Amino acid sequence: MRLLTREALLSFRRAPLLSALSITTIAFSLFTLGLFGLVAINLRQALRGLEERVEIVAFVLRGTPAETITLATQDIAAFPEVQDVGFVSEERALARARSELVEFRDAYRDLQVNPLPASIEVRLKEGYRDAATVERVADRLRGFGFVDDVRFGKDWVRKLDHLRNITGLVGLVIGLAFAAIAVVIIGVTIRLTLLQRAREIAIMRLVGATNWFIRGPFLLEGALKGALGGVLSLGLCFAGYLLFRDSSGGTFAGLIFFRPEHMLLILIFGVLLGLAGSLVSVGRHLRHV
Amino acid sequence: MEPSLSPPTYHLSLLTFSPLTAHYYLAVVIRFSHVYKSYPNGMLALKDVSFRVGKGEFVFLTGHSGAGKSTIMKLLFAEQRPTGGEVRVSGYNVSTLRPDEVPKLRRRLGIVFQDFRLLEDRNAAENIAFALEVTGARTDTIAARVMRVLTQVGLTAKSRAYPKELSGGEQQRVAIARALVNDPAILVADEPTGNLDERATRGVFQLLRDINAGGTVVVMATHDLDLVRQTSYRTIELREGSVVFDSAVDETEDALETP
Repeated sequence: MRLLTREALLSFRRAPLLSALSITTIAFSLFTLGLFGLVAINLRQALRGLEERVEIVAFVLRGTPAETITLATQDIAAFPEVQDVGFVSEERALARARSELVEFRDAYRDLQVNPLPASIEVRLKEGYRDAATVERVADRLRGFGFVDDVRFGKDWVRKLDHLRNITGLVGLVIGLAFAAIAVVIIGVTIRLTLLQRAREIAIMRLVGATNWFIRGPFLLEGALKGALGGVLSLGLCFAGYLLFRDSSGGTFAGLIFFRPEHMLLILIFGVLLGLAGSLVSVGRHLRHV
Repeated sequence: MEPSLSPPTYHLSLLTFSPLTAHYYLAVVIRFSHVYKSYPNGMLALKDVSFRVGKGEFVFLTGHSGAGKSTIMKLLFAEQRPTGGEVRVSGYNVSTLRPDEVPKLRRRLGIVFQDFRLLEDRNAAENIAFALEVTGARTDTIAARVMRVLTQVGLTAKSRAYPKELSGGEQQRVAIARALVNDPAILVADEPTGNLDERATRGVFQLLRDINAGGTVVVMATHDLDLVRQTSYRTIELREGSVVFDSAVDETEDALETP
């Protein structure tokens, strides 16, 4: 074990420039990924606020008995997608209109008959606020006999969906592209170390070192470079985050940074990239030694 | 000459060395049976090669360059696999050896080359210790074992010298020490004196004889016929991939034919 780490660390001393190059490449690719991740989590945070307001309103026919509505709300509350259900009576609708729509206060005050219908307001659980689910739930609400009309921000929900899908997709594509580049570059730097040490490897094989023993230091080297690149990229991300937040003059004061589990994920991803790069080149090289 | 050995003849041949012939059959450490080896370019390197090497033997492999000596060497440590026939070394069947068994076979062998193959950035003791480290030897035993083999090859005074500070003969001694440090059953030496002057050659050869006297089988490929003639060790001569002479067989047959 001591020998393993010593051999892995030796390559940093033998080829400092090369090692620095591979670490910065990993750091740079993870930095780009990380920046994107930051945008994504902040966007999601912002969207969550918007999504909170995704609700479906079912207008109730005039004269529907209160018991029917109570039973129906209980039914609706039991839908797996539903977070909460509220009943807004005709009177409350009018009161709400009076307080919220100040401009029409006078008009509402002089009314002889309440023109506003009672309604059932349904809010969906997080994760069910996509267009397809909203439409499905709306359809189910239309199935109730006393429901006159169902309204929800159809286009708005759809746009929200679209935005989220696009951010996810762009993130995935950019992420994969950079991951591939990182693997190739690590592969190349490990191959150079391998060639530098071809003589040593040949002797190791002659005296009966096992393949895993020979691979070990190279895999450790790759993993170590990946981890260092990960740490460096997190530092860069944090610097970028602070710079952006503080130079925005308070507009983006609410920006959030990665949670510890996100940071761990980035670190693990870096290690995996490093391992993948070294596995590829070690596997290919050792067959020829 | 018939290269394949018929057991009764072989049996008789060994009577001259040891009365324990029955025991000898149990102690065959290398066996080539009708071995063929061809390379992808179509070259036939070995043709129907058969011989056995018993415990404690010293065997010379002779022949011109390209006669097949190096191929036999490579088959011995499973760097190459035979295309036909069977190669058995120290209990392992090289023909069917799994990749993960190759290191196990090599740990029972010591391998020495003409070009020494030492690591330039490590001194003599470190070069020897390297063979122990990479085969997972216990760290606290390494120093003592390195010192023991350095003593055996007569280089204790130069344990901290780097290869380029050593003469050719001394470098080969370090290489031999490295081959010995894992206590091999067989020492495989491919032209070990090929790069050495006469004096260094004598020294290295004497060292190999001493190692053999300690019980280790030595298989040495060489085209230095003077060296071969100095001793009465068994000689297997190759020509164009075939065994054309095997002193263990032929001399006994000669003796039997002239009563």
